[in-house]
Amino acid sequence: MTAYLKMDEPDRRNRLDSMAQGVIGQPLDRMEGPLKVSGTARYAHEWPVERLCHAVLVRSTIARGHVVRIDRSPVEAMDGVLAVIDDDRLLRNPAQGTAGKAPVQGPREIFYVGQPLALVVAESFEQARHAATQLRIETMATEAVLDPESESTDRERPEGKQTSQGDLDRAMAEASHSIDAVYHTPGHSSAAMEPHAAIAQWDGDDLTVHASCQMLKYNQEELADALGIDAGRVRIVSPYVGGGFGSKLGIAHDAVAAAIAARAVGRPVALALSRRQVFETTMRRSESRQRIRLAADADGLLTGLGHEALVSQLPGETFSEPVAQATHFLYAAENREIIHEIVRLNRTCAGSVRAPGEAIGMTVLETAMDELAVKAGIDPVALRKRNIPDKDPEDQRPFSSHMLDQALDRGAELFDWQRRRPEPRSTRRGEWLIGLGMSSAARVNSLMQAESRVTLGGEGVRIETDMTDIGTGTYTVLAQIAGEMLGVPMDRITTVLGDTDLPPGPGSGGSWGASSTGSAVYVACEEIRARIARKLGCRAEDLTLKDGHAITGNRSTALGELIGDAPISVRGVVEPGGTSKKVRQSTYGAFFAEVAVNDVTAEVRVRRMLGVFAAGRILNAKTARSQCLGGMTFGIGMALTEELIHDPRDGSIVNRDLAEYHLPVNADVPQLEVELLEERDPWASPIQAKGIGELGISGAAACINNAVFNACGVRVRSYPVTLDKILAEL
Amino acid sequence: MHTQLTINGENHDLEADERTTLLDALRQHLRLTGTKKGCDHGQCGACTVIVNGRRINSCLTLACMHDGDEIVTIEGIGTATDLSVLQQAFLSADGFQCGYCTPGQICSATAMLEEVKAGWPSHVSDRLDGAPELSDEEIGERMSGNLCRCACYPNIVAAIRAAAGSAA
Repeated sequence: MTAYLKMDEPDRRNRLDSMAQGVIGQPLDRMEGPLKVSGTARYAHEWPVERLCHAVLVRSTIARGHVVRIDRSPVEAMDGVLAVIDDDRLLRNPAQGTAGKAPVQGPREIFYVGQPLALVVAESFEQARHAATQLRIETMATEAVLDPESESTDRERPEGKQTSQGDLDRAMAEASHSIDAVYHTPGHSSAAMEPHAAIAQWDGDDLTVHASCQMLKYNQEELADALGIDAGRVRIVSPYVGGGFGSKLGIAHDAVAAAIAARAVGRPVALALSRRQVFETTMRRSESRQRIRLAADADGLLTGLGHEALVSQLPGETFSEPVAQATHFLYAAENREIIHEIVRLNRTCAGSVRAPGEAIGMTVLETAMDELAVKAGIDPVALRKRNIPDKDPEDQRPFSSHMLDQALDRGAELFDWQRRRPEPRSTRRGEWLIGLGMSSAARVNSLMQAESRVTLGGEGVRIETDMTDIGTGTYTVLAQIAGEMLGVPMDRITTVLGDTDLPPGPGSGGSWGASSTGSAVYVACEEIRARIARKLGCRAEDLTLKDGHAITGNRSTALGELIGDAPISVRGVVEPGGTSKKVRQSTYGAFFAEVAVNDVTAEVRVRRMLGVFAAGRILNAKTARSQCLGGMTFGIGMALTEELIHDPRDGSIVNRDLAEYHLPVNADVPQLEVELLEERDPWASPIQAKGIGELGISGAAACINNAVFNACGVRVRSYPVTLDKILAEL
Repeated sequence: MHTQLTINGENHDLEADERTTLLDALRQHLRLTGTKKGCDHGQCGACTVIVNGRRINSCLTLACMHDGDEIVTIEGIGTATDLSVLQQAFLSADGFQCGYCTPGQICSATAMLEEVKAGWPSHVSDRLDGAPELSDEEIGERMSGNLCRCACYPNIVAAIRAAAGSAA
């Protein structure tokens, strides 16, 4: 039986709040935690498979051109080698998130350094790795486009991604205070700890792939389409995913190549990308050039706002980093101009890295807002509060809920912001200059179609969906929703995830996973409650479910007794509807940081950092907090160390490993503080929850950069804020 | 090539290519997949195991170099139903999210606490002799060879602090 909800109207019943189990929102430990801390959670490359052989990719060393010839026979004769494969179906680029069809294929045409061209399959990993180094591929190079800011390269301005309202030039001319500045952000890598990997095995015409994927419903379609087979013949299994952050949204080289190879050699094949291959062949976040124009009156009220962004992408790809996504609605200003430009380059494919758009767009906008605050002599918190719109400033839609004002106030209070001294270089501890900075956080919110099966049996509850848990807490939060709705203790709930044989959901991405699939679980549970009520002859509203008992009036019945041998199984389906269009939905927050800048070396250390966030109902205070910690730490990396460096001669990524691409390490991150605000958003979902996985990065780097300015008086407009850039001005 | 290894107290006779790293021997040959491969270049710490009492990156050493060595992996530290104090502390403090770096973090922290007990100083220690105090700064410094992209560092520090406190 199926229960269905289309989210056409806001749900203000807040049903989860009137339940009795008391588990929703609680900071419970992760259900799968004991497996993870004991090393027994099984990731893609770890499935025990008989007769497994190993494949290693061989890749392009040129940026543009084509393959002339592959000298396969010397390698085919090597010890243990089973095959050299250059199948036309090998991917050129991985799939973008929610593509649902094959990405661009055909390895003979070369578009970037590092593009996979072939693979070697051998009995052992060591044999395959060595043989791959020996494969000679003759290529013919043609001219590549490599400079994202060259004036001679065409820039695309896609229709529908440009906004012009009022007269920004005039607003700038008439402004009491204005900012017109150009900023740069570098490319970023998701750098999830588990490299992309797949084990593919065929049983007749049926394919099973154990892979590290974020969005199984789409990945199944993408893989099947890439192989030219029916999606019904493809099963993807990903119960544990060692991080994704966007890099595993779409099907990637590993799964497609492993499937082709397994067919070719008639044996299961494992293919794991090396760390360098992860950097060079999976998604990068595009670098950006951003020009911000802010016009304000004497009181700091914005009269004009301009945000122009230039990002890069490979030819033919439709995705481009939506830099100004939150600029459209964050601050009121009558005169607005938002420009989105794309330059086509021969660099690794650009795609989603945690919070595509806001991660760099909010960061730059919030750096510019700090510059305006300084120029106008207005407190940065007050400046933002003054410019919060009461409806979407472009299309006049109301906001579903709006907690920026509260987040700013709460953050200022918790961080003791009033003690900040606005004049740079005001606070010194020995060699170190201390400064405080802040920024706003915002990230768009969306609900996606999702399904989930919930079965209430004598033993407890079972939840099944193809949704993934990439560290997001899915196992636990789905169980908390069902436990609350059905009055079943957590130790009697099983969550089964990450298998395309289960009801499909939108996967983990865009921060929509928990609210979408969680709503599907909720919808199924509401139906189960209705059926229990019918059995007991009462109204669902008069039914209390707690600790495995159904209580109506003064009668208590054990659920096991009530259900007997006939478990109640309901497929819950939720679909976005009118609420996605009628209102503007976003999450909000505020970041505060205290940094120390060394007055001699210009080294920057983050001493304290606070994030205050509002994302609707919090499903689990512990896992939600950890998602925020992760986002804020990405922000520290963006602010201070993370930068993909491209060789100007061929566009290749120079720092393609974890020694040279600097993620924050433990010593870079102080005891971050996270405050989650109480909120219910009735428009967002029937559980009143919004996404939280990306909010913590959306603007975070700016608070650190702004704190650096407050500490030492140097304004860096090119991220990351490395000491060479500060030292030059110190 | 034949190598004899003692892993988690059990003898293993390994027959493997001499190019096989200790990490690949554990994962591919001995099916001890708790030890993770994050970079294969000694840059991330996900493959940390304890060899003769000291934590090392198992990707940076060949299995055949460890004939006769005693190796402890995450599987030897505790099981899902019988967690070590540190494993339980990681669970309670949410010192992980995706879980991929976690076995390396826990092996690293297990050996790190012994290093502190033995009086080893670190870059941030005030003095080079005597027992270092296990401050958050000391934990952060000593655990910086183990990357966590989910970025649970504050929770990892809290877990280690709690485990060290309860063991004392």
